[in-house]
Amino acid sequence: MTKLYKALTTVTLAGAIAALSAPAMARDTISIVGSSTVYPFATVVAERFGRNTDFATPKIESTGSGGGLKLFCQGVGTQHPDITNASRRMKKSEFDMCQANGVKEITEVRIGADGIVMANSKEAEKLDLSLKQIFLALAKDVPNPDGSNELVANPYMNWNEIDSSLPDIAISVMGPPPTSGTRDAFVELAMESGCKQFPMIAQMEDDNEDKFKTVCQSMREDGPFIEAGENDNLIVQRLAQDPETLGIFGYSFLMENTGQIQAATVNGVEPTPEAISSDQYPVARSLWFYVKKAHVGVVPGIQEYISEFTSEGTWGDNGYLVDVGLIPSPRNERMKIAKAVKELAPMTGNEL
Amino acid sequence: MTDQRSQAEIVRKSLKRRYRTERRFRLYGILAIFIALASLFILFADIISKGHTGFVKTTITLEVTLDSGMMYLDDPTDKDQWSSADFKAPIIAALQAQVPEAASAAEKRELGRFLGTFADSEIRDLLTKNPELLNTTQTIEFPAHDRVSVYVKHADNPRYSIKLSEQQQRWVDELLQKGIIDTSFNDVLFSRGDSREPANAGVLGAIVGSLLTMLVTLAISFPVGISAAVYLEEFAPQNKLTDFIEVNINNLAAVPSIIFGLLGLAVFINLFGMPRSVPVVGGLVLALMTLPTIIISSRAAIKSVPPSIREAAEGVGASKMQVVLHHVVPLAMPGMLTGSIIGMAQALGETAPLLLIGMVAFIVDVPDGLFSSATVLPVQIYLWASSSEQGFVELASAAIMVLLTFMIIMNALAIWLRKRLERRW
Repeated sequence: MTKLYKALTTVTLAGAIAALSAPAMARDTISIVGSSTVYPFATVVAERFGRNTDFATPKIESTGSGGGLKLFCQGVGTQHPDITNASRRMKKSEFDMCQANGVKEITEVRIGADGIVMANSKEAEKLDLSLKQIFLALAKDVPNPDGSNELVANPYMNWNEIDSSLPDIAISVMGPPPTSGTRDAFVELAMESGCKQFPMIAQMEDDNEDKFKTVCQSMREDGPFIEAGENDNLIVQRLAQDPETLGIFGYSFLMENTGQIQAATVNGVEPTPEAISSDQYPVARSLWFYVKKAHVGVVPGIQEYISEFTSEGTWGDNGYLVDVGLIPSPRNERMKIAKAVKELAPMTGNEL
Repeated sequence: MTDQRSQAEIVRKSLKRRYRTERRFRLYGILAIFIALASLFILFADIISKGHTGFVKTTITLEVTLDSGMMYLDDPTDKDQWSSADFKAPIIAALQAQVPEAASAAEKRELGRFLGTFADSEIRDLLTKNPELLNTTQTIEFPAHDRVSVYVKHADNPRYSIKLSEQQQRWVDELLQKGIIDTSFNDVLFSRGDSREPANAGVLGAIVGSLLTMLVTLAISFPVGISAAVYLEEFAPQNKLTDFIEVNINNLAAVPSIIFGLLGLAVFINLFGMPRSVPVVGGLVLALMTLPTIIISSRAAIKSVPPSIREAAEGVGASKMQVVLHHVVPLAMPGMLTGSIIGMAQALGETAPLLLIGMVAFIVDVPDGLFSSATVLPVQIYLWASSSEQGFVELASAAIMVLLTFMIIMNALAIWLRKRLERRW
């Protein structure tokens, strides 16, 4: 029995010492947080970086863009992350928060773009949708079809009820759940833009912003919009089986499955890499990451990780990120960013 | 008399109905067990049917001539030459020798895509370690790309979509016949950390992370839990304060685990400044979560020690402390251990509290200490299940099987300890 007690005491002491000796530890692994949309690209770069250099493989947490920036802006010091990924640009308020917490010099890197597509089976008719039609098909409340100035619960059940040019099939769209970044972007880029095209709702944006947000961002819950899980593979499989269903997902999944599915054109624009990177395709967003300059030189490898990320073999037209679905920025812009990144040019706050 | 007879008659009449009710009741019980077993069976069947292929890897074995001219490499130890060297060229040449049909540059590139992403890094690492191998011919096994692997393993499974063109499929079939492409036991799964490529991904990092985390959890929750239980049961005065503590411990056992994660974030990371994603913080959070379970089960174990033992010890003049440490705790130990192991098994399967302290992360390197970044098994399963590459579907199920194996071992250990150490009165 005494042996057991001795062992127990040792273990407890060891635990206590370990617990107390933690703070202010040097870190030799780059810590990256942020967007789940950038996560698949950043992880590929990180793994290559770890494999092909002497540095440790960076650790990447998928916290969402907002969560990542919040962690990033908490301060300087190795307990805070070095880099944060974002599927939208940093907001002015976030920049100010960073400044207030002593994170003065931040380098911004735009890595490319990502498009969100609405696709259906190749056996079905290819659709041409406008943002307005997308809003009418999927919103919870829409302006009354008789033209009066009020909102009613979405009455449309068939595509041709929205516009006679659309086919006579039931509206059935599978999309990501609210926890998904793709859903956030779709709501913001497609639903909200379509929503604003109704004068009565656009008016609301000035008068009652909360109401405007609720109207524009609420997806319908009466059946035609089906929330699928986070697993976009499942949506693609369902589309192949059921030609009358549309699916909403990232461009990379369209690219992986071009044999089975086709994308609808939005406002007449086909989601091609060119159209997405030049912002012609309306449901597209830029992807970014932000670097804390104060950590460069303190945590080893940050500079090298960034130059790996911004080399032509990575984010260029034939880089390996294209294989995972990144849409590269135009070459002259890439060159400009790569140059700024090399000098770690800090943001001024005015660009936001 | 007449009354009694009629009563007996009533009993006899109702007898049939009562037997019937009893049979029905038993039937419900059997049905309930059947439903539970059936769902368990369906769960296992689904996991095993999806996951058994995760234990098989697809490899491409080639006789590669490590020609220095082909690789533009004179000295493999000179790191400056790495960036200008082409480590992939000899592999593609070796592959092309097996598929003479692929002659054009584009076709050769297609062939190169059969290989996993890190095939060239493997050549580089091999040459850096053994520079004398330059200009020799070596037989090297490469992991096949996910696309090839899916085709080889799941060609006739409609759940998977084949992403090879018909020409590529023909080449793969040819290589399969020659034995160049082959399947074998997936040792990568148990010897590597996470990867974005299914062929290179393993659970070793997660297993080590889980073990380190559990070590911290055990080191803290077991002694603290047992001390608390012993004090509350044996020494604490019966008053409002101890009642209050007792109610709160019982309450804590029912608090959702994510709350402990929030607590861990606020206290250990923000207040004490501990790093994110490390096993120490994970272990501390899970220790807090397991404490109530251990305290409650330990108190029950102490309560079940018969008073006669205490009285006998006191009778021969033992002090209160001697009674507790020499007689009560040893006899209650089997129950305490069982409770602790069940609490640990619970903690092993937990992900929610770890999300907030940064252990849900992409971590490639296998952790080497309590303060290096780590993730745990259930988190690894979650990360793989939400990945877009098809090869991760089977890997996630395979990882579930690994996790279940650990759970079964822990629970079996709890039962064995109880059976072995328990004393009956």
